[in-house]
Amino acid sequence: MAEITLEGVTKRYPDGAVAVRDVSLAIADGEFLILVGPSGCGKSTTLNMIAGLEDITEGTLRIGGQVVNDKAPKDRDIAMVFQSYALYPHMTVRQNMGFALRLAHVDKAVIKEKVEEAARVLDLTGHLDRKPANLSGGQRQRVAMGRAIVREPKAFLMDEPLSNLDAKLRVQMRTQIARLQRRLGTTTVYVTHDQTEAMTLGDRVVVMRGGIVQQTGSPQELYDRPRNLFVAGFIGSPAMNFLPAAVEEDRLRTPLGDLPLDDRLRAALARRDAPREVIAGFRPEHFEDAALVDPERGGATVTVTVDVRESLGSDVFVHFALEGGAAAAEQLAELAADSGLADTGAGGPEIVARLSARTRAREGERLRLWLDTAQAHVFDPATGDNLTLPGHPRDTAAG
Amino acid sequence: MSTSPAQRRRIARWSVVNTAVVLYALFPVWWIVALSFKDPATLSDGSFVPRRWTLENYRGIFATSEFTRALVNSIGIALISTVVAVTLGTMAAYAVARLRFPGKRLLIGTSLLIAMFPPISLVSPLFDIERFLGLFDTWAGLIIPYMTFSLPLAIYTLSAFFREIPWDLEKAAKVDGATPAQAFRLVIAPLAAPGVFTTAILVFIFCWNDFLFAISLTSTTAARTVPAAIAFFTGSSQFQQPTGSIAAAAVVITVPIVVFVLLFQRRIVAGLTSGAVKG
Repeated sequence: MAEITLEGVTKRYPDGAVAVRDVSLAIADGEFLILVGPSGCGKSTTLNMIAGLEDITEGTLRIGGQVVNDKAPKDRDIAMVFQSYALYPHMTVRQNMGFALRLAHVDKAVIKEKVEEAARVLDLTGHLDRKPANLSGGQRQRVAMGRAIVREPKAFLMDEPLSNLDAKLRVQMRTQIARLQRRLGTTTVYVTHDQTEAMTLGDRVVVMRGGIVQQTGSPQELYDRPRNLFVAGFIGSPAMNFLPAAVEEDRLRTPLGDLPLDDRLRAALARRDAPREVIAGFRPEHFEDAALVDPERGGATVTVTVDVRESLGSDVFVHFALEGGAAAAEQLAELAADSGLADTGAGGPEIVARLSARTRAREGERLRLWLDTAQAHVFDPATGDNLTLPGHPRDTAAG
Repeated sequence: MSTSPAQRRRIARWSVVNTAVVLYALFPVWWIVALSFKDPATLSDGSFVPRRWTLENYRGIFATSEFTRALVNSIGIALISTVVAVTLGTMAAYAVARLRFPGKRLLIGTSLLIAMFPPISLVSPLFDIERFLGLFDTWAGLIIPYMTFSLPLAIYTLSAFFREIPWDLEKAAKVDGATPAQAFRLVIAPLAAPGVFTTAILVFIFCWNDFLFAISLTSTTAARTVPAAIAFFTGSSQFQQPTGSIAAAAVVITVPIVVFVLLFQRRIVAGLTSGAVKG
């Protein structure tokens, strides 16, 4: 049990490449912190530096108040769960789980007791004398977890521990990890590229991009108040819709149609040297079938042609394409590249709206959509900054 | 399970091919074995099976110390060379597979160069060097060149095995509290064992079979190994060819190799690393 503090931690490789730049984080005792970002964003490198598997080029790392920059992994008293599980194939489950204790010269009877206790918690009791090769993926994952918990370390470090499981098992294990962490109350740093995992598991989420922390906050905070285009586009599924928009007097001219500016947006765009060309962002759930909305409510109404209708039972997703160019920004291009969508976006922008199940929208037909402009975000295309945030982001490092 | 005519034809065709290959491979072996059991009178009768079986040839080679001494030399020299080459090779291969260090490419290049160098071109310089250093006709005089020529082979095979071992295992061991030495001893080495044994067999066979160095760098029974000693066999009279004795000696030196391979073959279990990572 300990807090972990990173102060200006930087990782620079001998060839000059910077994997992690000036990361400062204070992880409280017992906190569940998620590092999330696309591949190559430095999240795993950060975790490896906390574990001691990679050297820290600059900055200070403290675990439990002690500077551990130069300590070997074995002297840091942390446990790690690897994406590949990294179980020792020549040892049984029992030996795998007890390996760390055996190295620490813990009494054999105590090891047996602790391993059996952990096996009971993880439902592995029947498999203790089997080799990893004879276990299923989910069981291997649990052994990897067991190996971490028997040690009762100061902190758990988890490097995409669920990404090798199939979808259903992943959801199940996600809940189990959350429950286990709450029960043990051990400080946990969890790396993932899956924003759903990040949103559901963490007390706090750190979004990284290109080795730089983009935003740190609770999942809800990141969702409601993304600091820039990258965070806005990364967090949320389906992702936020982005549209190029031109500010004209009292309107926002977008491919969706002209939208009236309310006081909030007007204030945001009047601030400092706000650009005239911006990127507007709308979450899918900020659309609704206009027929189902109280006409008295503010917002804007636009008419679109429905391309695809996906019914999920509780909601209906409506996809439609718009004329005109798509929103272009460096951070959006990076997101598209990461999700593999970079070369599918031919033509105009694609919009996803999440409507109530009661909607009458049908494919190929015109639909009047209501849009909650009070929830809209406006971003500066050059810097990616969210112009609608109350206190303007001062500590957002420029990408 | 019933077999269709097409399947049966295929099975028949492969059986014929396999039998032909096996016969072709084993014919010389059987010929040597048959020769070793023939007595001098029927030695050159061309018969495929000895007409009169005798152990005379075997008694003959073990009667003097010439052959037994060579056998001791062979076993000793091959074993020591194997142990040293595999030990050094394991360490070098681990470094090659795991670490980035200056001169790594040079090291790999040099070892490849040594492996490709025709030994015959080195025999005369080695002869002079060993005479000068007093290593000529000693065990060390053979162990050193054997080691030199088998190390590249050892490094190559072993580094391939080390590369197969997921690096995460080592990281996991370190995080679990192992020192680098413990991680190597308790996690990496047991997983590399099949590779080590494979390499050991290859190196042992190389040393055991060598004739060139053995004949060039020895002069007496002090260090002469069996392949060289066989060349010095003489018949019971000046006019008799020592064919029978040579055949018997050849059979005798084949036995340890077969034993060695059978012994370690059981340790070469493929897929020992399966289950370490999701596969």
